Amino acid sequence: MLKNQDVLRSNLKEYTLGIALVIIIILFQILTNGILLKPQNVTNLLLQNSYVLILAMGMLLCILSGGNIDLSVGSIVAFIGAVSATLIVNNNIGVIPGILIALSIGLVIGAWQGFWIAVVGIPSFIVTLAGMLTFRGLTLVILNGRTIGPFPVSYQVLSSGFIPDIVASSDIHILSIIIGIVISIIFIIKEVYDEKQKKLYGVHSKSNNTLILKLVAGVALINIFIYVLASYKGISVIMIILFVLYFTYSFITKKSVFGRHIYAMGGNVKAAKLSGIKTNKVLFFVYVNMALLSALAGIVIAGRLNAASPKAGVGFELDAIAACFIGGASTSGGIGTVMGVVVGALIMGVLNNGMSIMGVSVDWQQAIKGIVLLIAVAFDILSKKKSK
Amino acid sequence: MTKKILEMKNIIKEFPGVRALDNVNFNVNEHEIHALVGENGAGKSTLMGVLSGVHKYDSYSGDIIYDGEICKFKTTKDSEKKGIAIIHQELALVPYLSIAENVFLGNECKTTGIINWHDTHRRTTEVLNKVGLNIDTKTLVKDIGVGKQQLVEIAKALSKEVKLLILDEPTAALNDEEAEKLLDLLLNLKKEGVTSIIITHKLNEVMKVADEVTIIRDGATIETLVKSKDIISEDRIVKGMVGRELVDRYPKREKTIGDLVFEVKNWTVHHPLDTSRIVLDNINLKVQKGEIVGIAGLMGAGRTELAKSIFGKCYGSKITGELIKEGKRLEINNVSQAIKQGFAYITEDRKDEGLVLIHDIMTNLTLSNLERISKMNVIDKHLEVHECEQMLKKFNIKATTIMQKTGKLSGGNQQKVAIGKWLFTNPDILLMDEPTRGIDVGAKYEIYTIINELANQGKYIIIISSEINELLGICDRIYVLNEGRIVGEVEGIEATQEGIMKKIIRNNKEADLC
Repeated sequence: MLKNQDVLRSNLKEYTLGIALVIIIILFQILTNGILLKPQNVTNLLLQNSYVLILAMGMLLCILSGGNIDLSVGSIVAFIGAVSATLIVNNNIGVIPGILIALSIGLVIGAWQGFWIAVVGIPSFIVTLAGMLTFRGLTLVILNGRTIGPFPVSYQVLSSGFIPDIVASSDIHILSIIIGIVISIIFIIKEVYDEKQKKLYGVHSKSNNTLILKLVAGVALINIFIYVLASYKGISVIMIILFVLYFTYSFITKKSVFGRHIYAMGGNVKAAKLSGIKTNKVLFFVYVNMALLSALAGIVIAGRLNAASPKAGVGFELDAIAACFIGGASTSGGIGTVMGVVVGALIMGVLNNGMSIMGVSVDWQQAIKGIVLLIAVAFDILSKKKSK
Repeated sequence: MTKKILEMKNIIKEFPGVRALDNVNFNVNEHEIHALVGENGAGKSTLMGVLSGVHKYDSYSGDIIYDGEICKFKTTKDSEKKGIAIIHQELALVPYLSIAENVFLGNECKTTGIINWHDTHRRTTEVLNKVGLNIDTKTLVKDIGVGKQQLVEIAKALSKEVKLLILDEPTAALNDEEAEKLLDLLLNLKKEGVTSIIITHKLNEVMKVADEVTIIRDGATIETLVKSKDIISEDRIVKGMVGRELVDRYPKREKTIGDLVFEVKNWTVHHPLDTSRIVLDNINLKVQKGEIVGIAGLMGAGRTELAKSIFGKCYGSKITGELIKEGKRLEINNVSQAIKQGFAYITEDRKDEGLVLIHDIMTNLTLSNLERISKMNVIDKHLEVHECEQMLKKFNIKATTIMQKTGKLSGGNQQKVAIGKWLFTNPDILLMDEPTRGIDVGAKYEIYTIINELANQGKYIIIISSEINELLGICDRIYVLNEGRIVGEVEGIEATQEGIMKKIIRNNKEADLC
């Protein structure tokens, strides 16, 4: 039987991160005189940080598979932006075909890098370093060093569009509110079903009180968040994308066999191989996935800037890596969660946004982010030492 | 009157779940060679770890009195300063550095912070001469054999003006000639005033060099024999090591041996890198249903290589031969095919190759057969928890929950998880490589019981072990493997430890004559 204490301890890392996020939010809410949590700013914050969240989910899988990182993502972001701009702006290819071609190119890049890493066996650091240089260079070649834009309005929907409302000219976005209620209902059903399943198998289950507490807290959080969004322009398209990605990757890491294989090879590659896991295959798909997400981020970023720029995506790989490590991923692999990474990315996002509102210069922001990364990882390592 | 250089008094050392040392008293006289003998897991290495500072002074209780004063070592550095050097079973040399660099690693000869290479090489040559090595000090360590590496280790200890030299199974990886040389060296060093503690399994070595012998068993000192006073005989030592429990150290089993067979035919395997070298030469094995078959052999005989090459060709290149299970020839080229065909391989080193130590018991147990708890590649968490909790009970794994990290379990419990993980795949053929290495007697008994049960269920079981006693205790038939070839086959009843060793030795002699 599981003891509550152990469950608590195993989740402690995530809780402490969550608490850290809440403290940072409260801190900046005060420092910015309440601007941070204004509906418009919350929407902006998510838009601004969407690329980090998208990339970090892919990066998490790389890191989980054994401390591998992908340095090429920033360059791929720029390259895909450039490709889609050339196709859509210069060659008048439709927006949807353009996006699909761009995503497929992302897959091809992933297969290319995956081939060198998983089949040939060159360290991922080197392959992706090469990719970083190659794709940045190719971006400059395609763009001829210039910026291409603007995109058609429909291209920008992905990055800055909102879902339409069913009732026109209302102060509050009704459809968003309805979606919020639907999500709450799904949440309740899922939790209750889960508890039933646990009882069926005779597995430890929550007491009714904790379950009700969890349901009330969850429903309240969902609806407050949606209400805040609804009082501005409602749920944005990018939020839906992030939401879908979050569930997909949570599912992959927690419930899929593929996810289990990633964790196992990151934890002990020899044991994984001897357990029948085709580690090269896993590694290959991890890098294909990373490049695909980079391509998606490339489209989102190009849409947000409304242009393909040769300088797009510089340093994005580092933001994604930082989000993973702040989020509790282990540098040697095998440990880390999607939830942790999301919280890690949000901590960085809130820091960025809060400091920008306060008028802190970009130079200082960079320095402060660096120190936060160091403290987060140091905290992680020290707490592990203690538990030993 | 001889002076005591070392006294260890009432040493108690506990690891999570096991009391490794239970009131051990251990005394060593100056200028003598003291042999420390005991079975695997008796606590010899732990005791030496306590002495050399591998285990910090506050992690055990009891006193260490060395050279007349109570010592509290925090790290091995502290004990080195006092002239205690330990040479481990796994050598601690850096393969891509030269002999000289290795000898003075961490203790470089330097003038104002800059390494003096002339002095380094001169002094290395000196210490190499002492150990009887005549070799260029610039040779890389990877280019010399294990025997010479052992000598370099000793030279390294001598360079630090060692007074008490501890050798943990120094001859395990050496051939007879090299072992002989090493023992002579120890006798020479004794004349020069170096005291040695030698941990060994080879009783003939004890007879040859030791002035005193201390026997420990299950973490406690049994007795200390003195050469001048007591009659040191192998029988007496073995009796002390094994104790009277020998009779029921292995659970009894009703044998019901079927006739269906698993067969390895003309199995030849080449080295994975050096493909011209034959590692296993035309191996033929047969296992009957419900039979427990052992493979005996010295380190480096090719035992693990055999198991790994059978298990999805994990080891080796240019593998030829056939695997036949119940009349059908198997086509197996990778691990997942091997698992599908009903093979399971319990690794020699559970920490390095068997378990994911940073993950919990549950994910380790289900790793090799996630299909059992998933539908369409989606894991049913609840089913997983349910199955694992049952396994925990069934194998009596001592853990608070299935969510406990395997790295925090004791050796015996880790091994049970490693075995459980493979039973989860419901295998027909179990290759068990050192299934009881480094675990205590109680846990061993439990594991033997599990093995017996499996045999009764009609599984094919092949056990590899370096403890011949263990094979004698649980196997129905034992194959003797030496230098990549099967050199003998003995039935369990007629087998003796001596018989098996003789087969190995005779074979070595024949090989030498050729």
